[in-house]
Amino acid sequence: MEFFLQMVVNALQLGSFYALIALGYSMVYGVLLLFNFAHGDIFMVGAYIGFFVATGLLALLTLTSLALPNWLVLVLTILVAMFLTSFVGISVERIGYRPLRNAPRASAAITGLMIGIILETANLAFLGAERLSFPSLIETTTYQIAGVSITNKKIMIVLVALLLMLALHQFVQRTKWGMAMRATAYDFVVVPLMGVPLNNIAALTFALGSGLAAAAGILFSLAYPVLDPYMGITFGWKAFVAAILGGRGSILGAAVAGFMLGFIEIFVAAFFPSTMRDLIAYSIILVILVFRPHGLFGEEYTAQLRL
Amino acid sequence: MAVTSGTMSTSRERMSELRARITKPFVMVPMLGWLLGALVAVVLEQLIGLQLARAFGMPRIPALFGVGIALENPALFPSAILYDFLIYILPVALVARLTATPANWAVTKMFNFRSWVTVLLHILLLYIILHIWADISDYRLLVVRLILIAILWTLSLNIINGYMGEFSCSHPGFIALGAYAASIFTVGLFVNDNILGQALLPASLGRFMFPIALILGGVIAALGAILVAVPSFNTRGDYLAIISLAFMFMVKSLFENLEVVGGARGLGSQPDWAGLPTVFLWTILGIWIMNNFVRSTLGKALNAVRDGETAADAMTVNTRRTKFTAFLFGAFWAGLAGGLFAHVIRYVNPSSFGIQMLAEVLAMVYFGGLNSIQGSIVGAVSINLMGEALRPLEIYKWLVIPLLLIIVMIRRPTGLISFTTFDFTTLIKPKQKPEGEV
Repeated sequence: MEFFLQMVVNALQLGSFYALIALGYSMVYGVLLLFNFAHGDIFMVGAYIGFFVATGLLALLTLTSLALPNWLVLVLTILVAMFLTSFVGISVERIGYRPLRNAPRASAAITGLMIGIILETANLAFLGAERLSFPSLIETTTYQIAGVSITNKKIMIVLVALLLMLALHQFVQRTKWGMAMRATAYDFVVVPLMGVPLNNIAALTFALGSGLAAAAGILFSLAYPVLDPYMGITFGWKAFVAAILGGRGSILGAAVAGFMLGFIEIFVAAFFPSTMRDLIAYSIILVILVFRPHGLFGEEYTAQLRL
Repeated sequence: MAVTSGTMSTSRERMSELRARITKPFVMVPMLGWLLGALVAVVLEQLIGLQLARAFGMPRIPALFGVGIALENPALFPSAILYDFLIYILPVALVARLTATPANWAVTKMFNFRSWVTVLLHILLLYIILHIWADISDYRLLVVRLILIAILWTLSLNIINGYMGEFSCSHPGFIALGAYAASIFTVGLFVNDNILGQALLPASLGRFMFPIALILGGVIAALGAILVAVPSFNTRGDYLAIISLAFMFMVKSLFENLEVVGGARGLGSQPDWAGLPTVFLWTILGIWIMNNFVRSTLGKALNAVRDGETAADAMTVNTRRTKFTAFLFGAFWAGLAGGLFAHVIRYVNPSSFGIQMLAEVLAMVYFGGLNSIQGSIVGAVSINLMGEALRPLEIYKWLVIPLLLIIVMIRRPTGLISFTTFDFTTLIKPKQKPEGEV
């Protein structure tokens, strides 16, 4: 039982990363009917931006001998990095997706893949192959609750992730821009005719998704403090699978499926050799998709294929 | 593309005028003339290439048209250009121009005799050129073989993604299945190996069994493709993309966990049976069969499924059978080429059949052009040559190539040469004089 609970805690942490990244995939898909294949690498760029913001802030604090509490530094880091990374997302949209909005969708997928490769390579070329380690902004304290060891970082990661998801939900449901996003997702052709600026909505969607990816990147770096230019590949593709599993364009679905993927991976690794993790995880997903071809929360509709 | 401003059109007109002036003397040159020119060029390189390269201050014969040497040492850039001009461009242009009339006559005669003889002779000539060119260095030999294999991969993916219009990501999985199946067959039966044990049959027999190994690889890949083909009956587009992606990860993970075939360490010591003749033969065979496939009724059915599945169904196209065949057919050739790949590299490792390979094969298909045999050949050759020639740039190579691809995608969203039909006899037929000229 204790083992089981421990696994649940670990799965919640892993799931929060997947869910935050999957949201970015899902939103872009919902609005533009395109998959942003560079999103995994935006997650990586977000983590790196977070690293520079955090080290910069820490240096600034020691320079000015200001004593800010560490949690405030962390919050500032997350907010600044989210803001900066959203511009990366906007540029990706501007360069790789906007010129191809009326082209076959597969072509946009190729530009996305290529932008991803460029981001990885640029990182490797300009920052070198040595791995950076993220500054530990908060001290790790371990609580023993009913035999389960929970670190404060794990609690914080899950809470921040849930908070961000709630904020996104509120934004999409309550604000005018959110309404415009939902309208565009409903009909991508007619809604712009009603005066909704499609380009701005697309940029906003990319910015929101990238911001969430940056937050995921920083939270990920808190848990696993080694940054690696290729961390976006494995993680990003898995989050992509989670986005699909949740149902395309469904924000709730992406969040649920992200956590679900976390649970599947952790529990598979707990009972089978860890090298079997991907094999079994993908088999389960494949089976789910065979029975629910439109994902967990996806509405059954036949999108106009523009291939 | 339809928008052309005033300045654009004049510069474009000037460009086309220039192009017309350059191409005009060569309008009449048939394929045979070009091949003869290339033959003279490669023989010339074999004879005086080294002396010429040394005279220009280059340490060796430039392996891939001097790009590598020029990038390593920019001072050698003019001599690399000069070398290319003297060895390749000048002889090809001269011979092609001078032999235009006799070559046309010869091709006409040959066509009057038997058209298949003509085709075979052209292919033989092409092989001789490649052989002499690749004879200069082992590196060239490797590059040529890898390019030929990449052509097969690109073509087979084009059948699924271009002709049938799915977005399949499972190709590395098919390639891995073929590579492993063929390797297990050859290594297990003919090689003393510490993973798969003693050889069961004498190695001298193996060379004749190699086609069986390759076909076995293709068949295993095709069997694996059933896993992707069956879900494709009900889902299209994005969900199929995911299913195929999951399939790719599953195959990779499967081989990582199969300790019998080396697990994550990979499987090595494949016999060196995939020489240039073998690879060339299989590539030509593959192009021929795949071209016939897409031009057959079934190939037309693929296009029908792509353009409107419901409409195709209403027009009595059996969509299920069409999808099934296309997936299995594409996977077969991918697997077969995977078997060749394993015997060219002589080592397979599960990690090489991942996202990286997927991105490369997809890039070749979409760069070259959808729904087009020529496009696939152009895409595979150019992306591979670029990848090899820009090798001295090291990591920056992966900034240049993706950037180029993005530009091509933005300018031509369906690729360089898309939606064409390929006919080898049209390609090699004698060129008639244009009307109105004497």
